[in-house]
Amino acid sequence: MKFAFYPGCVARGAAPELYKSTMMVVDKLGIELEEIEKAACTGAGVLQEKNQKLGDVLNVRTLALAEQMDLPIMTICSTCQGVISQANHRVVNDQEYLDEINEELAKEDLHYSGKTEVKHLLWILLEDIGVEPLQKMFNIDLSGFNFAPFYGCYLIRPSDALGMTKNPKRKHSLDIVIESTGAQSTDYAGKTRCCGFPILLINQKNSLKMVAKHTGDAKDSGADAMVTPCPLCHLNLDGYQAKARKQNKRGKADLPILHLPQLIGMAMGLDPKELGINKHLVSTANFIKSLKSKVA
Amino acid sequence: MEALIKVKRYNPEESEDTYFQDYSVDVAEDSTILDSLIKIREEQDGTLSLRCSCRASICGSCSMRVNGSAKLVCKTRVKEISPDGEIITVEPMGNFKVIKDLVTEMDSFWSKMKSIDPYVKTSFEPEAEHIASNESMTHLLGVMNCIMCGACVSECTALEVDSTFTGPAALAKAYRFVADPRDEEANSRLGKLNENTGVWDCTRCLACVEVCPKDVAPMERIVKMRDLAIEEGYTNTSGYRHTESFNDSIKKHGRLDETRLALESTGLLNITGLIDLAKIGIKSLFRGKLPPILPHRPKDMKKVTSIAERLDNQGKEEE
Repeated sequence: MKFAFYPGCVARGAAPELYKSTMMVVDKLGIELEEIEKAACTGAGVLQEKNQKLGDVLNVRTLALAEQMDLPIMTICSTCQGVISQANHRVVNDQEYLDEINEELAKEDLHYSGKTEVKHLLWILLEDIGVEPLQKMFNIDLSGFNFAPFYGCYLIRPSDALGMTKNPKRKHSLDIVIESTGAQSTDYAGKTRCCGFPILLINQKNSLKMVAKHTGDAKDSGADAMVTPCPLCHLNLDGYQAKARKQNKRGKADLPILHLPQLIGMAMGLDPKELGINKHLVSTANFIKSLKSKVA
Repeated sequence: MEALIKVKRYNPEESEDTYFQDYSVDVAEDSTILDSLIKIREEQDGTLSLRCSCRASICGSCSMRVNGSAKLVCKTRVKEISPDGEIITVEPMGNFKVIKDLVTEMDSFWSKMKSIDPYVKTSFEPEAEHIASNESMTHLLGVMNCIMCGACVSECTALEVDSTFTGPAALAKAYRFVADPRDEEANSRLGKLNENTGVWDCTRCLACVEVCPKDVAPMERIVKMRDLAIEEGYTNTSGYRHTESFNDSIKKHGRLDETRLALESTGLLNITGLIDLAKIGIKSLFRGKLPPILPHRPKDMKKVTSIAERLDNQGKEEE
């Protein structure tokens, strides 16, 4: 199983532990990756505010590069997945627009015919590997743990661009993957809501209210940790949790925020430190301790 | 066909507590959820309160949360939500005060609608019908489809934490007038919307776009107004600095420069903001996870930056 790999800026920047844990996990999953080294940032929806066409050209360029490699794309970021999917959805449903974008790409001898499939690692686990084969790769039963899923907006909406009708399980994919490890998936209202990251630098007060609400609610519903397939959500929910919980009187920052591949790696029995679980700003020491007592 | 419906009940005259009540009702194969609720009210439980009128998704009265997300229940078939007889959960809309059961108070909705001055403003009093050409109005067809049902407001993630936010419905309505060729107050409208509680408080979470039963796409209108406000010269916002820095970063590096984005959006003269950032930066440094000084660059970066340069200029020429 081979994919063209689009890691995204954050896995290559502020969350290097996501990149590393992904590499450790795909190796065990039998996924071969070839990084699309020429790919640009997706624009994360921000670039699109100013210049939709520029955003679409850059993303269709990435799709064309993968088409040239004859591979589907794997992403590890809800935002990247969403923004590339939205661009793909626009051009495959509008031949005239695709032609217009291909004219731009022709200057670089690139062409996109509309065939590239883009999938988040989360979907690959369910659709290309499957729950049962996945469970066979797990060495540690995580039953007794309770993990709160946090999807990231762009992995849930808009449902048409994300192929939710054809693949209805995508709506619950993170719950399914959490439960496949033996752990319980936390039932709380915030899992498909906004983490606040897009307005962190614009309206910090509101952004931190979101962090406090979702991490506080998850904790109150029994979560031992939160799991997210989106590194942008991670940056806010982890990096600003202490300030957010304090400011909004929701107690101390006590909910570790894990990247999806860190959860998979733990279930596989990989070393939590190697997976970078100790790299987060919210302390994971107690969590790692309870995980180790589980193994022993 | 049997429909299993779990309804969130609330009657403040009896108790402040809410509770769920299960109903089972026999309905036709093509029944809507509204049909089922009306049948429950008529045949089983006259105390169940709900609001509805046209039953044809025109009046916008029957918006409710179905399995956690707002829908017009007259437009939603039982079979579509529950193909194999699964239990359907019906609750009142979110972000609204509940009056009783499924009926919400719409006062805040209407006051926000009024706050954006929902009428065409002109400097003269038209002597006859004030007609705009068909072509100049087609881009507004989508946004004029709004039936003011409140579904977008129900799911708005920004309103969930800040009830002062103008919200998706009123902002979409504001766009309808900002972009109307007959309106002469676009500049002052945008100036007002550029302030706190306006266009920059949207999280771009797409919830409004997803639930709107009429494809009004409020978020897209909000984002468009951000751009229009910038064009009109309203640039003294973190939102503007954030967008500019993001774009510059892609133009220069092809990828996102996280460090610069944080510094520039905060504002280089905003000392408290910068100290705050530094605190997180130092914590991250200790955990060995600060973003690199320069972003990880794509191979052949010049190709990306030249596309960005070219299309940026193209955009400017079109303006």
